[in-house]
Parts: sequence; structure tokens; C-alpha cells
Amino acid sequence: MFLINCPFCGERDQSEFSSGGEAHIVRPKQPTELSDDEWAEYLFMRKNIKGIQFERWNHAHGCRKWFNVVRDTSNDKILSVYKMGEKPPVNYK
Amino acid sequence: MPNYRIHKTEYIDETKRVSFKYDGKTYFGYEGDTLASALLANGIHLVGRSFKYHRPRGIVSCGAEEPNAICQIGNKKDLTEPNVRATELELYEGLEASSQNCWPNVKFDIGGINNFISPLIPAGFYYKTFMWPKSFWKKVYEPLIRLSAGLGKSPTEPDPDIYDHKYVHYDVLVIGGGVSGIIAAKMAAKNNLKTLLVDDKKILGGSTIYQNNESIKIDDKLSSEWLKNEIQEIKRLSNLTIKTRTSIAAYHGYNFLLAKENLTDHLPEEKKKNKIRQRLWKIRAKKVVIATGSIERPLVFNNNDRPGILLSNSINKYLDYYGVTCGENIILFTNNDSAYETSISLHKKGIKNLIVDLRKSASSELIKQAESLGIKIYFNHVVTNTFGYRKINSVEIMKLSEDGNTTVGDKIKLRCDCLGMSGGWTPMVHMHTQSGGKLNFRDDDQVFLPEENSEDQISVGSCNGDFDLENIIDKTVNKINKFLDIDNQDFQDTNVICSKENDKRNIWLLPNKIPLGKTKCFIDFQNDSTAKDIKLALKEGFRSIEHVKRYTTTGMATDQGKLSNMHALGIIADTAGVKMGTLGTTTFRPPFTPLTFGTLVGRNVGKFFEVVRKTSIHEWHVENNAEFENVGQWKRPWYYPKNAENMHDAVQRESKAARDSAGILDASTLGKIDIQGSDASEFLNRVYTNAWSKLAIGKCRYGLMLNEDGMVYDDGVTTRISENHYLMTTTTGGAANVLSKLEDYLQTEWPELDVYLTSVTDHYSTASICGPNSKKIVNKLFPNLDLNDESFPHMSFKEAKLENINCRIMRISFTGELSYEINIESKYGHSLWKMCIAAGKEFNLTPYGTETMHLLRAEKGFIIVGQDTDGTMTPSDLQMDWIVSKKKYDFIGKRSLYRSDTIREDRKQLVGLLTDDPKEILEEGAQIVSDTKSKPIDMLGHVTSSYFSPNLNKSIALAVVRSGKTMKGQKLIIPMENKNINVTVSDTIFLDKDNKRLNA
Repeated sequence: MFLINCPFCGERDQSEFSSGGEAHIVRPKQPTELSDDEWAEYLFMRKNIKGIQFERWNHAHGCRKWFNVVRDTSNDKILSVYKMGEKPPVNYK
Repeated sequence: MPNYRIHKTEYIDETKRVSFKYDGKTYFGYEGDTLASALLANGIHLVGRSFKYHRPRGIVSCGAEEPNAICQIGNKKDLTEPNVRATELELYEGLEASSQNCWPNVKFDIGGINNFISPLIPAGFYYKTFMWPKSFWKKVYEPLIRLSAGLGKSPTEPDPDIYDHKYVHYDVLVIGGGVSGIIAAKMAAKNNLKTLLVDDKKILGGSTIYQNNESIKIDDKLSSEWLKNEIQEIKRLSNLTIKTRTSIAAYHGYNFLLAKENLTDHLPEEKKKNKIRQRLWKIRAKKVVIATGSIERPLVFNNNDRPGILLSNSINKYLDYYGVTCGENIILFTNNDSAYETSISLHKKGIKNLIVDLRKSASSELIKQAESLGIKIYFNHVVTNTFGYRKINSVEIMKLSEDGNTTVGDKIKLRCDCLGMSGGWTPMVHMHTQSGGKLNFRDDDQVFLPEENSEDQISVGSCNGDFDLENIIDKTVNKINKFLDIDNQDFQDTNVICSKENDKRNIWLLPNKIPLGKTKCFIDFQNDSTAKDIKLALKEGFRSIEHVKRYTTTGMATDQGKLSNMHALGIIADTAGVKMGTLGTTTFRPPFTPLTFGTLVGRNVGKFFEVVRKTSIHEWHVENNAEFENVGQWKRPWYYPKNAENMHDAVQRESKAARDSAGILDASTLGKIDIQGSDASEFLNRVYTNAWSKLAIGKCRYGLMLNEDGMVYDDGVTTRISENHYLMTTTTGGAANVLSKLEDYLQTEWPELDVYLTSVTDHYSTASICGPNSKKIVNKLFPNLDLNDESFPHMSFKEAKLENINCRIMRISFTGELSYEINIESKYGHSLWKMCIAAGKEFNLTPYGTETMHLLRAEKGFIIVGQDTDGTMTPSDLQMDWIVSKKKYDFIGKRSLYRSDTIREDRKQLVGLLTDDPKEILEEGAQIVSDTKSKPIDMLGHVTSSYFSPNLNKSIALAVVRSGKTMKGQKLIIPMENKNINVTVSDTIFLDKDNKRLNA
């Protein structure tokens, strides 16, 4: 059971949050211009890597804010949290 | 009655005699006893029959690892518990326990015949035997196996006990109150860290607390005396909490642990009443110190399972802690020094004993001490067999060959009434591995040890493979100082004198002259798996330890292989000729010892089991006999039976009344989201498939919401209240998810939009009145409101006052009838409803529930998201192309509507179905085919909604059918178990296609 440091509320139990999958996948501005393959890339393709992953989490039973998390999926350690719109920390790239 | 209690100890209060029943017979013990120690004091070793062969079995250990002495406690239907370990159960007045897995009784057990036919039941017996004939499984094999198998009985009535949950946060959690745990807790607490120390036993001190060997001393005192002083000291530390009778059940990530505290299990019946029985602690600790100790290993030799064969150290604890001797003529069989402590202790109490030692020689202080006391030691010898059916009476020993692979020389038969065995020690690494930690193998003494690579947890003491006291104390002190980043000096000058073990010899499967196939060398006592079974599994090609475990069931009993896993691994490694360290271990899963369901559930039972949401009108529904349906967490009236009507009759009556005159529905549960902001229109444009910019103030519009994959996600009517203010309704079940999804887009994709979302579902109550007379009823309630069709047409909204209270009235319809939805602040909902009922009395205003609502909307061909859709339906599949804007550049899911898969013509599409026999009602979920002759039969789709329509006087159904759009008028077949039903594909709208009723 993770402890997640919500950037708005502070450290809370995982049960207050819901996960929103991989972060920094931007919805295309002009979907109609995309081929089926390009649209499928946005819609379906996710990395799901073992190691350092950038994810979206929502403080669903708290402030309802979405934010980003850097998590090492091999040991579940959360390395960093940052707000939506902020640049991802470079040292984990 | 024999009495094996031979001396007084400070842990047994002989002034407090306790009577208890075991297998129906009354015995006596004392306060401080466990059930096991009290039975042993009465000379009882035989406590159960083994699982497969029904062999007589006795108490083996004195703790959580016990495989045999598991019993059924209590015999009431609601208060009985199976698989309780007698070694852990504290004795109390009135305790009733019985042995398990035997019939008619433990001394004479019919299943014992299995022992004699055991060559016929090898490993994998069940898999191999009950394969055929296939039809026998359900009716013959399974019932038979279930009858003869099983460990104990479950209660058949609800548990009347009270259980509790508690959340706590600590700087440091120390698991285990032995020497190393006590040192760690003291160091942490004295350095200003808020510390919790838990131990599963009644008192702290682990195995050192009854240690009385003169050769083991700390600061010139007996180690037990030194430890008692330490315990007195830590009890005075203000920021240390000590919880005894508390065991950690699970160690999850981020130092989140579950502990079970036993509060009343040791109390007499009358004192248990109205008290919390067990408490589940949910612990978050910044740092965790694991000091769970180690357990002694048995040895694997022929007939090593007879009653009277115990772990050597357990014999020592029964003697020095409980004052009970396990026999009068004891043999200790060992491969290490620890059995010598037991031997010396027994000797001092005048119990005759001798030692059989695998090792060729040994030379530590303990061995010298034993030799000087004149205790007979057979070095380089092995026990090859044991005798005695219900209790051991003798053993046979032989000399070991130089390499230890065979026996040599003559058999020596030795009489005894108890055999202690010690195959070394296994560190309890469960907690470390549960938390995700890895293990390393130490060849020297064949143990798996925690790999240290965490800043948040550490293992100290013998669970870390440090076995002698000097080593334990030294290492614990140094490691804790480093781990907690403190500089505690309390134990800097502690002086420890102890015997050092110099000699080791480990043989997993002991040699024997008898061929292995004819021996019974048990590895897992509780599941009856032997060395022979493991070897057979390997011979049959199993290699992975996880597979061998499951095939032979080794380590899969209620003790989870605490005594057996290492031997299974060792024998696999030896047989396969690989290094044990390379095999890995099976997974250590929580809980460490079995938990009751009560503990896990805590207070969430009965009406607290689940959150229930009720509308403000709920009490009226209850008073008017409503049957309820669960919709998400909501309780919604399903139908209102009158005069013993069944559901069908009630629904037919309600449906007819709604169309003939007037019906009223509690629609308060619909999700309501208040949308405000200067970009609200633009936001709706992006989330719904249709256009919103031009919706006039005071008008309502139906909207369909898709997922980005183009599939229908939710629907509902949204009303424009003012320029920048909308009220969106969602499906009852989808409300929370829709809000969360909308927030997601607002916060992450379109943060530039000025839009604010607020859930107002609970803020308003909604009475929906429909039917040809609805206008008259609304007029009675709101005489000043202009209900004229021109000024208040279908799909529009007005505000009005009911007495002084503001109401929002929408003229919208889910039934196809003229219909008004009156919204009022929730606290007035009940009054509004009663006023509606009163006003509607003269028009036979009939309350109707969700079933009638579903029927009415199906007549009109309105979909229910989640019933007629399943996350694979596009608007086009639903024949709702009209709601998808062609002009809008983008909305959620738009691009997916022309992916190659979504434009396929042969997708499943929504159609209506009419049965050839109008009285025949289809089953929802039934499959649809066009041809039953050619096999395999081609499945075309399934029925999604089906009702008998009283207004059309015929059966109607909605269904999804492959290429259904093009099939209107075509005949199809619904194959049922006993007949085929013929149907014709029809339009999805069955009633009032030109909306005359809506606009009436």
C-alpha cells in the first residue's frame, strides 16, 4: 500500500487515490488529421515498463486533483510527484 | 491420571487450577498453560490424525509452526473455530477442544486404513486417479473426497463476536520481543523515536526468557535474569508501546503492516462477553526492525512422525517454561549444539536422556558440559526407525558412513518414551520477503538469509542468521545504531559469555538400509508428504520448486510449510544435483498464521457491511411497500406491489397507469453535475457528440458521451440554466465516473477552459410525473406556472415556487409520455413527494419503480447505457447517428468513429425483436441465431432488454445483432434449453413513433 505525497494535500494512503496510467501522453490537437495508425498510437499504446515510469494519479477521495508521479515499477518506490503542466524532473529520464 | 508436571516455574500459577475439556473428557491445567502444555502435563501426546494416511500424530512444537496439534475450539454453531494451534492457545476455564480429521475418535480412526494402502496413494494420487470416467467427478469422487478430507468444521451461523480495526503511525516498529527485539526497541525509544514493539506471545522474552544454562551469561547473570531486568526497564519507557499477544499477519510495501491482537481468546467464557475479541492493527512505520527469530528444524528419517517425537527445543520449553516433561526416558537426535541445552536441562531435573548426534564429533562448551554430566552421546549415529503406534516406545540407530550417504555396522535398539529432534535452525524470513526483500543462501549452515538493501527495514537476531547470544547482541546493537542513525550506548559494555558452536553436519534425507519406497520419511506432517513423494515428483519430470510443491502439496497446509519447506528444497537440490541456493524458495505469502474472517472484516458487518445511499423520499417508499433494487450504492424502489401482487402484475399495473393517466417516479438518484464558467458551452461541445453552443437558455438537450475509443459511455439530459450555467444529469450508476472523467479532461487536456464542476446529486430530490394527466397535476401544485405547450414545450425548463421554496421544473421524458421533472432541495424532497401524491389522487397517480421505468422506456426504444450497451457500442451501432454532429471539428471519441473497426458494416447493432407468439417473453442475455442446423451454430447476438408490454399487449425486446440494421423484417431464432423461439427483427421504437404523446 503506497504512501502518495499529493502535491496539494500532502502524504496520504493509496486508498484515497486512483491511477490514471502513463503520463505525458498529449491528446492530439487535430485528431481528424491523423491516420488510423497514428490515432491508435495515442489511443492504445502504453509503455508499461519495468523501471522508472511517469504516471498520472488522481486524489479521487481527497482534493480530486490530477497530478504526475515518477515511480520505479520494479520496487514501487515513488521518486517524485509534480503538478499537471509542470515539466517532468529531468534526472529520471 | 499421570502427571508430567515435575517442577514449579514462575510462568505457571499453580494456585489457579483451570479445568478444560479435550475430546469430551475433563482435564486440569493451570493458568499460564497452553492447551498443548496442559495436554502434555496430562501425558497426552496423541492429538490428531494425519490428513492423508490418518496416522496418529502428536504435539511437535510449542509455537506457530505446529503442524499436528490443530484442533476445533468450541462446539456451538456460531462459535466454533477450526485449525487452532494447541501450542498457541492459552488455557482458560471452560475451554472445549477436540481433535480433527478422525472418526469415530482419535484413538480408533477408520481412516487409519489409508496408512496400510499408502502404496496405492502416491504423490498426485488425486490427479491421477479421479480423471475418469469424467461423469464420476461431480457425483461420486468429489463428494467422497470432501467427506474424508477436511480439517475441522466451519461455523454455520454468523459470528457473534466483536472485532475491531485500528490505524496507528510509528517511527519504529519492532517485530518480535526476544533479546534482539527488546534491545532494538529500547535503543529506538530511548532516542526519542515513537516505537511499537509487538510479540505474539503472552509475555516478552522469546526463548531466552526461560534460558537457565550456567554457561550462558550476560553481565555475570543468567541470560534470563538479565533479560527480565531489561524488560522491566523498557516497560517504563514513555514513548514505547508494547503489544503482546499480537502477531504481524502481513507486511506490505511502504512499511504498511497488519497485526492481529488477541484480546479475549485467553479469557474464561463469561469474561469474553461484550468485549472486542480481536483487533486488526493497520500500522504505518517509518522504520521496521524484524526480530522474528528462528524455528527449529525436524529431521527426515523413517517414521519420524510418531506421537512423542517433538522438536528438541520445544521439549526444553515445555520443561523450563511450563514445568512439564515430555517423557521420562528421552532420546535427543541432533545435528547441532542446541539439543545439548535441552539435554542438560533435562538432566538437571532428573530426566533420563541420551543424545544421538549426526556429527562425527563436537567440541563446544555445551558438549563438554554434557559430557562432564555423564550424558551418553552417540556421535556419528543416525536414527533409522522408530516404533510404537500411538506413542513412540523405541528407536533404532545405526552408525553413519564416512561420507554420510549410508549406514554401517549393527542396528542398536534403544527404548524411550519421547524423541527430540533438532535439524538446525531456520531463520523466520517471512516478514522480510513479504515486504519484497530478497534472500541469500548461506552454505555453511544451509539457511536463507535476508539480503540487506533497504533503508526502511532491517532484520536482526536469529532471523538474520545470528545464532549465538554474543553475536546476536553485538550485531543488533551496531546495526540498530546505524539503521536509526543514533548513537545509543546502553549496551556498549554488555558482556556476554556463551558456548560457540564449531561443528556442523547437515543431511536433508537421512540414510537408511530400507529402500526409500518402503519408508515413511515425513517432510510435511500436516499434508502427509514424504521424501518418497518429492523424489517421485522429480522422477515424473517436475523441476520448479513451485510445481513440486503443488503436485505433492508440500507446504500447502495451514502451517504453510514452516517446518517442511527447507527439507523439501534440500531433497530436491540433492536429488537434482544442484546447489540449494540456486533453487530459490517458494513464495512466502501473508498471512503468517491464519486469520479469522472476523478480524479482517472488523466492524463492517450487518448494516455496516456496505455504504447505502437513500433518497430523501426513501421512508415513503418503505411505508408504501416498495421492493427495492440496488443501483450502485443507491436503494431504488423496484416496484410497489399492492394486495399481494407479484412483480409481473405490479409492473403491468404501474405501466398501464403511467400511460393511461399518470405515474410518478423518484428520480433523485440520477447523477447531477453543476457546470459553470464562461467556457461551459464549449466544454459541453467537446464532451458530447452533439452541438451545444446554440442551446437557448431555459432549454434542455439529450446528450451522448463517448469514450475516446468511440464507444458510448454515458447519456443524460443537460439544461441551460443561464448563459454560463448548465445542469448535467448522468446515469445513476455512472455519476461518479463521469465527474472524474470530466475533471480529468478539464485538468489535464483543457486547463485553459474556464469551467467549474460540482456534484449536486445529493443536493436535489427529483419527482418525475408522467402520463396524459401529468400537466393537470403539475398545475394543481404550481397554479401560477404557465404550462402552455407554446411557452413550456417539451425539452424546456422553468423555475417556480412551491409555497416559498424554489423548484426547477424540466419538461423532459424518459417514458415517451408527457412528463415533468420537479427538482427541489433535498430536505424538502419528502414533502414535495407527498404533495404530488395528494394532488394526483384524483388522477390515480401511481408510483412506479425502476422495473416499470425500464419497461416504459423500452416501449419507446430509449436505450439504457449499461443494459443495451456494454462498452462496445458506437452511436451508429445503436442506430443513433442523428445525435453525432457532423459539423463539430472534434469531441471526445470522434476520431474513433471512423477507425477501420468502427465503420465495419457487420458490427453488432441494436434492433427490436418481436416474438411470433406475442405472449412469449424472451430471456435477457439469450443468444440469437439464424440457423440451428449447421454446426457450430453461428451466434449473431443477444437479447439486451425484454418485457411484456401491457400498453401494446405483446412481448417486446431490444437486442444487439450482427448487421442488425439491415435485417428489419427478417426471421431469427432464440434457442432455449427446451425449445426454439421464433422472432422477427423490428424497429427499436415500438410505441408512439411520431412523438404525439410527448408533445401532447
